[in-house]
Amino acid sequence: MTATIEPTKGGFGTRMLRKEDPKLLTGENKFIDDIKAPGQLWMGMVRSQFAHATINSIDTSGAESMPGVHSVLTGAQLAEMGLWQAPLPCAWPVTEDMVNPPHYPVAISEAKHVGDIVAVVLCSDRYGVADAVEQVVVDYTPLPAVVNLQDAVDGKAMAHSDLETNKAFHWPLDPNPEGTAAAFANAAHVVKARFVQQRLIPMPMEPRGCLAVPSPAGGEIVFYSATQIPHILKIMIAATSGIPENKIRVIAPSVGGGFGGKLNVDADALLAVTLANHIGLPVRWTEQRSEGAGASHQGRGQIQHVEAAADENGKVTAIKVHLDADMGAYMMLITPGVPLLGSFLYTGVYDIPNLSFSCDGHFTNLTPTDAYRGAGRPEASYAIERIMDMMAHKIGIAPEEIRSRNYINGGEHFENFDAASTLTFDSGHYKPAHDRALELADMAGLRSEQARRRDAGETKQLGIGMCTYVEICGLAPSRALGGLNYGAGGWEHATVRLLPTGKVEVVSGSTPHGQGHETAWSQIIAEKMGIDPNDVEVLHSDTALSPLGLDTYGSRSLAVGGVAIAMAADKVVDKAKLIAAHQFEASPEDIEFVNGSFSVAGTPTKSVHIQELGFAAFTAHDLPDGMEPNLQEQVNFDPPNFAFPFGTHVAVVEIDIETGGVELINYIGVDDCGIQVNPLIVEGQVHGGIVQGAAQALFEEAVYDENGNITNPSLMDYLVPSTMEMPNITLDSTVTPSTTNPLGVKGVGEAGTIGSAAAVINAVCDGLSPYGVTDIKMPATPQRIWNAINAGSTGGAA
Amino acid sequence: MQVSMTVNGDSHSRDVEPRTLLVHHIREGVGLTGTNIGCDTSSCGACTVHVGGQSVKSCTMLAVQAEGESITTIEGLAETARADGIATGEQNWHPMQEAFQQCHALQCGYCTPGMVMAATSFLKENPTPTEAEIREGLEGNLCRCTGYHNIVKAVQSAAEGAS
Repeated sequence: MTATIEPTKGGFGTRMLRKEDPKLLTGENKFIDDIKAPGQLWMGMVRSQFAHATINSIDTSGAESMPGVHSVLTGAQLAEMGLWQAPLPCAWPVTEDMVNPPHYPVAISEAKHVGDIVAVVLCSDRYGVADAVEQVVVDYTPLPAVVNLQDAVDGKAMAHSDLETNKAFHWPLDPNPEGTAAAFANAAHVVKARFVQQRLIPMPMEPRGCLAVPSPAGGEIVFYSATQIPHILKIMIAATSGIPENKIRVIAPSVGGGFGGKLNVDADALLAVTLANHIGLPVRWTEQRSEGAGASHQGRGQIQHVEAAADENGKVTAIKVHLDADMGAYMMLITPGVPLLGSFLYTGVYDIPNLSFSCDGHFTNLTPTDAYRGAGRPEASYAIERIMDMMAHKIGIAPEEIRSRNYINGGEHFENFDAASTLTFDSGHYKPAHDRALELADMAGLRSEQARRRDAGETKQLGIGMCTYVEICGLAPSRALGGLNYGAGGWEHATVRLLPTGKVEVVSGSTPHGQGHETAWSQIIAEKMGIDPNDVEVLHSDTALSPLGLDTYGSRSLAVGGVAIAMAADKVVDKAKLIAAHQFEASPEDIEFVNGSFSVAGTPTKSVHIQELGFAAFTAHDLPDGMEPNLQEQVNFDPPNFAFPFGTHVAVVEIDIETGGVELINYIGVDDCGIQVNPLIVEGQVHGGIVQGAAQALFEEAVYDENGNITNPSLMDYLVPSTMEMPNITLDSTVTPSTTNPLGVKGVGEAGTIGSAAAVINAVCDGLSPYGVTDIKMPATPQRIWNAINAGSTGGAA
Repeated sequence: MQVSMTVNGDSHSRDVEPRTLLVHHIREGVGLTGTNIGCDTSSCGACTVHVGGQSVKSCTMLAVQAEGESITTIEGLAETARADGIATGEQNWHPMQEAFQQCHALQCGYCTPGMVMAATSFLKENPTPTEAEIREGLEGNLCRCTGYHNIVKAVQSAAEGAS
């Protein structure tokens, strides 16, 4: 027993270096493609080259005779084999009457998009499988295809031949239609806009992949997958394949990024697991990058019709939104729900009393859409932040001024604000972040430099844009999800166990893919239990080690999963306190717990560290009467509300008015994600998020030709930014604790992305305003900018 | 056909299909999986290794083209630093590995081996780069997580530590 109590290292606010890094920096780490199984077969997919076509026949004989080929199977053959009991799942039927055509892993008679699987090849060799795929001959009859969203809305062709409409659902959120109508009738100013959220490809640096290893004798199957959602995947594999859920173990090894792109139950995954189960041999698949661009889901894909009403002072009184959302060819796991996640955010950080929202989902003969970083919320933030700038421009006030006039509670601190969307914002304090961002950007200096360049008629003009975003994090209160007809809850599981030797194991249902959970969760233990974070091991991403969980998306890991860990740690401390009291022969009420040590109040010299009690709990030789042995506690935390982080971003662009070239030259972000566990990790998340949003603004778009072929499927022509396109980023933060959870944390995984696309486009439009340009389509390419300057128009935005 | 090369100081002689890419040979023939594959167009740089001391995207080379070469992968980088007497930090790593951790220059870590190998090779060519030169030097390596901010800082920090 020690007399001095050392302050705990690594608690909240510590910029602790990541525990994940050593393995990643030395190549010791295992990603999906690094894992092998003896006797494994490589799986390769024959994919449709037509956007919409009848499959007349498939000649597999050439492929079957290739060396090493185990089998070549068509959709019709697979259907006969009875590998699936149900189509691929959509967990979010947003309305009772939502149209959801059956979607099997391999198309049987009709291919619905380029990249749709029409046959599958199994081969003993990695190169051999690619050769064999090329030898499969498919005879198609092309059908009329609908290859862009507006054509789908206009009904130019039917994406599904057996349907009479492309419309999948209509979903309204209109709590007070009379209020909205009155606000527009009485408005001094009305602004209308049509924004296009182009399709984006998630492009995590690690392609998707999986390995299914069956145990024919035992009937079990181990499924390794580069996934964000091993727990959900396990349930969905069981539900679609009929393999008993308790015979499936899903392991996500190190996952090389996700951004929503690995948040799905893909055809490829289900094929691998069911084929391995059927033939009794391991089946593996690693996606080719260019294959994935058309085959794995894409993000965004929306047309937003937005109207804002304001009084004579620029106080916005109502927002009206209609969304046309591109589902792609099929409903994937949460395809229809993604646009609706944004519905609640169209009033942004503003006290706008009326919101009328509706969304129509439409099928196209394009790759299905689904979650991509922010999932619905960047789109909403973009719309409100662009329309605020347009309103400011119309009234003739500065962008920062219109925001100040509209902030919830005038920008001062608030808790539990009932927004027009019917959600309750946990807490906010918008003015400090706003002021700090303007100060860091030197807004006055920027404006004077901008004026100088304009007056001098310089070739390179400045554009300055801001965005004051709010997002919905911590998905999600299970009841709220139930209200939205989502097919699962939003809780998260944690177990904390103090081992006999004093080390700690944390079991978490959250599933990291680059976020640094092992570090952050260890810091939660340090904060709560006074234990060195290096004494903590985090078990996750394996349904055998961590059987309960709802995984990682929607900036939920800390605000739901982390809170569960903290609560479980508190329970361990509470139990350990009883053991300490027993050892000290004192009343538990008299025991103090400071920096990991228990002592009797008033006699701090006599103390016991919590780590020393692990052995006593394990031997159970002398525990309080009736106490169970061991120190292990679990919590399933279901948050009572979402959390609402926010911030102010400022983007500065330089536009070459002769060429249309645009360069992002400075970026400032002041973010508030509530209490920060590890500011180093927070900053990293914001940096990466900002670049992904800025990339939507300036570079990225999945471009399809008139036949529905993706024209830029590789990293050579899909413009993921490199070091050259991005500036250094200046960050700061404010801290407004959340009232949703006992840690006061909010979430930060998507914040950067939610703020940056609007900030950058606002900057581009600001820079182009002397040329009569009021809006520009994303990505704002040099060609679009040049056209806009020379046409004095919207550059095709409308 | 037979191909022989030295990888991280050990000699490896294997039979390969002539079309085998160097990166597949390293990963599946030699069995060192630290070098990653992120694309099919030589765009992402995740597979960067050193061949004869120069950084090379190992998906752009056939294994047979590396006949007789000495190759260093991420698994061997710390050892080369120890041999050169420049290893540093608690882990006794190459200064670039140390700088990447100190500056939080990695998140998912998939691009990291290639990024670190490219950055060490770049600093050999230009030991005192400006920020703009670092950005230009790493243009061929893509990262989707970090926004490059901390990667550039790490390379600056490694350069400063060495000078």
